[in-house]
Amino acid sequence: MWDYTPTVKDHFLNPRNVGDIADADAIGEVGSLACGDALKLYLKLDENKDKIVDAKFQTFGCASAIASSSALTEIVKGKTLDEALAVSNKDIADFLGGLPEEKMHCSVMGQEALEVAIFKYRGMDIPQHDSEHDQGHAYPDYEGEIVCKCFGITDTFLKKVIETNRLTTVEQVTHFTKAGGACGGCLPKIKELIAEVLGDPASQPRKRPEKLSNMKKMQLIQEVLERDIRPLLWADGGDLELIDIDGPNVQVAFRKACAGCASSGNTARMVQVKLRELVAEDIVVEEVSR
Amino acid sequence: MKEIYLDNNATTKVDEDVFEEMRPYFCELYGNPSSMHFFGGQVQSKVTEARVRVAELLGAEPEEIIFTACGTESDNAAIRSALEVFPERRHIITSRVEHPAVLTQCRNLTQKGYRVTEIGVDGAGRLDMEELKAAVDTDTAIVSLMWANNETGVIFPVEEAAAITKSKGALFHSDAVQAIGKIPINMAASSIDMLSLSGHKLHAPKGIGALYLRRGTPFRPFMVGGHQEKSRRAGTENAAAIIALGKACQLAGQYMEVENTVVKAMRDRLQESLMAAIPHARINGGGAELLPNTTSIAFEFVEGEAILLLLSELGICASSGSACTSGSLEPSHVLRAMGVPFTCAHGSIRFSLSRYTTDAEIDTVIREMPPIIARLRQMSPFGREFLKGEK
Repeated sequence: MWDYTPTVKDHFLNPRNVGDIADADAIGEVGSLACGDALKLYLKLDENKDKIVDAKFQTFGCASAIASSSALTEIVKGKTLDEALAVSNKDIADFLGGLPEEKMHCSVMGQEALEVAIFKYRGMDIPQHDSEHDQGHAYPDYEGEIVCKCFGITDTFLKKVIETNRLTTVEQVTHFTKAGGACGGCLPKIKELIAEVLGDPASQPRKRPEKLSNMKKMQLIQEVLERDIRPLLWADGGDLELIDIDGPNVQVAFRKACAGCASSGNTARMVQVKLRELVAEDIVVEEVSR
Repeated sequence: MKEIYLDNNATTKVDEDVFEEMRPYFCELYGNPSSMHFFGGQVQSKVTEARVRVAELLGAEPEEIIFTACGTESDNAAIRSALEVFPERRHIITSRVEHPAVLTQCRNLTQKGYRVTEIGVDGAGRLDMEELKAAVDTDTAIVSLMWANNETGVIFPVEEAAAITKSKGALFHSDAVQAIGKIPINMAASSIDMLSLSGHKLHAPKGIGALYLRRGTPFRPFMVGGHQEKSRRAGTENAAAIIALGKACQLAGQYMEVENTVVKAMRDRLQESLMAAIPHARINGGGAELLPNTTSIAFEFVEGEAILLLLSELGICASSGSACTSGSLEPSHVLRAMGVPFTCAHGSIRFSLSRYTTDAEIDTVIREMPPIIARLRQMSPFGREFLKGEK
């Protein structure tokens, strides 16, 4: 059972401001049935079209999604649009006395809906990105490249959430945004984004070299493993060891928590994706037990 | 608040008689069954009695029963043993809807060079027998298919699957954790080689399980380092829990008819009443043969965790295949394998009854469930659109 605060429970059991506003000035919609949560936010402005005088919501989702939506409407009432834009997902979570980390994406969904509503009201363009789920998008987004294909989440969005919440691990980013929570293919990219936001110039995106001698290739494989892969595994108490390189075949053995871990198959794929991205396209990673 | 416990596929209440049976074996009769003295010997004879009781429920011989710590251990032991017995065979077959105790292990084994085929299911959760027939070959070491699904209660034709398996010389294992105690099983008339069972699913305590191993089936132990269980499972016996499991199996045999008449009637009434009262709902596994105690219903436009917590406020305990309840971000692998649309997979609720369930409890759920779904649909943007359309 989730450890929800009394405030979360209260806003779930007695949600404030459920419903719609027939003559709403601004409406923000995020999420989809496929993604498991969705929020439609209605805002009514005063006659000067500046201050939010009423807010209503409809939410499809779990208890914390409903509570976050309820909290959001309470927070924004009485705020000017500019003040509302300054509301972060953290403000929503704080209002509720905190959320379990796995549920922080609910607060992010609230903040997103608010932003979408205000941006749309101001006539700003909000491109929609398709996700690989059978229906619709997860989060509507700004410019930027799709990082998480499963949930349709872009780098600009991820960077914003990382910065606002000062996230330091890939796992946190998944909890806050869902990115990386399905196939896991984008986890290395998320790691890069964290480093980028937190200001580690060594981890700026790099490009695969055009041509490599065998010696250079081996060196580069080792370097990528040391710099990009092993720190990721250490974070989860795991590790890997490079066993052999034979042409395009790279043999690795998982150690510590990774050894015999249920998702070591995914980890091996992640290593392969990373090596193909930074070293050579034809690399095949094989897990050996030695 | 008195609980209405309809989550018996997750775990069950320890039967009072079962508890009384095990109680003396902690502080008073605590001897080691392997000891030479009378004090251990009296525990040994109770362990033997328990073995007979478990065997009787399964229609097996006592020496075909190996006590383990849980269903998961039994599953792991069965699959690992088969692979060691047939080192030249490098193929494993299972299904896409197995419990993680089997599925995770099989997927991990692909990393060790094994080929794994996961047989699919249709929309009602029924196993694709044609796919199974095509998949089994002389490279197959083991076929592991669950007897009944924990999430939907769908029963697989395991005897037929075992016959197909045996024709190619492979071993057949079934995770029967959800089936044992709920439907009659007779291993004497079966060709299944190995079977897993778990105590806490049939009113014994947690931490005890068993592996049925057909006489003559080659076996390599998972746990080594002791002569216990005829060296097939080393480690000092969890005597009190074994004695409890024996009693629980005896009682399960006695209550088998109740399970398939009284309990089934309550399940049917719950299922039919909810389907009649709540539009846009579907039974996961409807159309398939189901365990008598389980129903899984998908409610469109709402999310499972919210339903569960509103039920929980009223003391009603159920479970969900939704993503949010597990902390994962996708609905359960079982519902996805069945092709349950995302529109309702997130809103799937499982009720699993037991012989302790009462008609009054079922009445309460039938009364409380429709307003909960209506309330959440009223709150959901998709639910509201659909309600508008209905007007």
